[in-house]
Amino acid sequence: MEAIYLLFILLLSIFVGFELIQKVPATLHTPLMSGANAISGITVVGALALAGDETLGEYAMYLGAFAVFLATINVVGGYLVTDRMLAMFKKKK
Amino acid sequence: MTSNIDLVINFTYVISAALFIFGLKLLGHPSSARKGNLVSAVAMLLAIVVTLLDNNIVNFQWIAIAMLAGAVVGFFAARLVAMTDMPEMVSLLNGVGGLASVFVAWATIQSGAGLTAFILVVTFLALLIGGVTFSGSIVAWAKLSERITGRAVTFSGQAIVNVIIVLAIIATGYAFVAQPEIALTSAQVLYVALALSLLFGIMLVLPIGGADMPVVISLLNSYSGLAACAAGFALQNNILIVAGSLVGASGIILTNIMCKAMNRSLSNVLFSGFMPVHKSDMVIEGEVKPLSADDAFYVLEAAQSVVVIPGYGMAVAQAQHVMKELQLQLEDNGCEVAYAIHPVAGRMPGHMNVLLAEADVSYEHLFEMDDINKRIENFDVAMVIGANDVVNPAAREMKGSPIYGMPVINADLAKNVFVLKRGMASGFAGIDNPLFFKPNTRMIFGDAKETLGNIVKQFND
Repeated sequence: MEAIYLLFILLLSIFVGFELIQKVPATLHTPLMSGANAISGITVVGALALAGDETLGEYAMYLGAFAVFLATINVVGGYLVTDRMLAMFKKKK
Repeated sequence: MTSNIDLVINFTYVISAALFIFGLKLLGHPSSARKGNLVSAVAMLLAIVVTLLDNNIVNFQWIAIAMLAGAVVGFFAARLVAMTDMPEMVSLLNGVGGLASVFVAWATIQSGAGLTAFILVVTFLALLIGGVTFSGSIVAWAKLSERITGRAVTFSGQAIVNVIIVLAIIATGYAFVAQPEIALTSAQVLYVALALSLLFGIMLVLPIGGADMPVVISLLNSYSGLAACAAGFALQNNILIVAGSLVGASGIILTNIMCKAMNRSLSNVLFSGFMPVHKSDMVIEGEVKPLSADDAFYVLEAAQSVVVIPGYGMAVAQAQHVMKELQLQLEDNGCEVAYAIHPVAGRMPGHMNVLLAEADVSYEHLFEMDDINKRIENFDVAMVIGANDVVNPAAREMKGSPIYGMPVINADLAKNVFVLKRGMASGFAGIDNPLFFKPNTRMIFGDAKETLGNIVKQFND
């Protein structure tokens, strides 16, 4: 049953994603991509659970920690570079 | 089994998901986009902090080191990257995201605890999609930064090799899920699967030419989300699924927009490298009429309205800042200046918009293709800066041209057309451009930055 619940969540969020992103104007497509990059860094949440759980064995923890490192690059780099770009989008004075 | 802490964590994930969605909604308009990004970042912070409360997480040593190191790398990458290198940056971020999912999947398998068939399937998917995303993004990055050739790389038998790889992946996947005890005890199956997915990513992107990069980057963006999504299934984690599928949906929509803008199907973009080169019998000939920057100045001085059509060449020449100077000069002179942006101009979706924003051009001056085409006849001058295929009238009037049917900006319908170009090479698609031979077209050869600089100088004098 768990799998079915998860599929429900997947289905609904894909629909929400389609609805929302269709409305993003072409001007913002690059920041949208880098922002999406940052969001895909959500993997960090999964990686954290693996990196800190000693019952999983040392090897799994090291792999998890490396995943934390990579996903954090995505999160921090993605949000900062998106912010840097969006700060440049100005109206005319 | 669910303790109070688990409840708190999952409830916070719900809030976090709502904030992600709200952030994306705010991203729908340039004036609120920055706030949207911030909301999304808060959602991420919330999800990370609350995850650390998990009772199972007992060892924080490696987590602290990994997060700190990742934050430092991310911070400097984001601060130091030049705006012109944004396509490369996004490619690399796609790749890093994919690799993170690979390691999450790998760690899940290594932990070996309570792996049902369903979890094995999704873990294998996370590994596969993550691997393809990573190696594909690295190839895309190498192409974009011209570390390898930007042209489509093909060899004979490539299609057969690809089919073999796909079959091998399916076989590995079957072995993985059907006989998990082998997969879990000996790591060989895992390594083979990983190697195959990496190889497949390389093979997927190699045959795609530089002009099709906007499609590839969007697609890889989508994959990086789907990989996170698959990892979410593997770990039974709701927030990973929600956030991952939002990214997946975003990438798919962008891919679709890019394909439509080129009047091609996704499979055509992905596999056209294998098809025989289209030889057109049509000869596009005519006389090219060159113009000096000095003469261009006199026409621009008299012009009432100018539309600027930038392409990848503007990014290469770094001409956006001097173009902004020229825009100010023209406006002082009582001339209306508009920028027409083709969806696939440049190397990624929205590439030109970012460059012009960097040069302080207001987004209210930027117009989409359809808006400009409606009134292109009214413009005195259309200035084409480093664009080629996106202004090619062959797409409109020459049946049989490889780009026939692609929506283009009808620059040739403006009263005068100035094409700023290095020399007489054909565009990235290797198609001759009849625009260059039109009676109202003048070619201004040379580096776009220098040419525009000369015209600005004339205005100053």
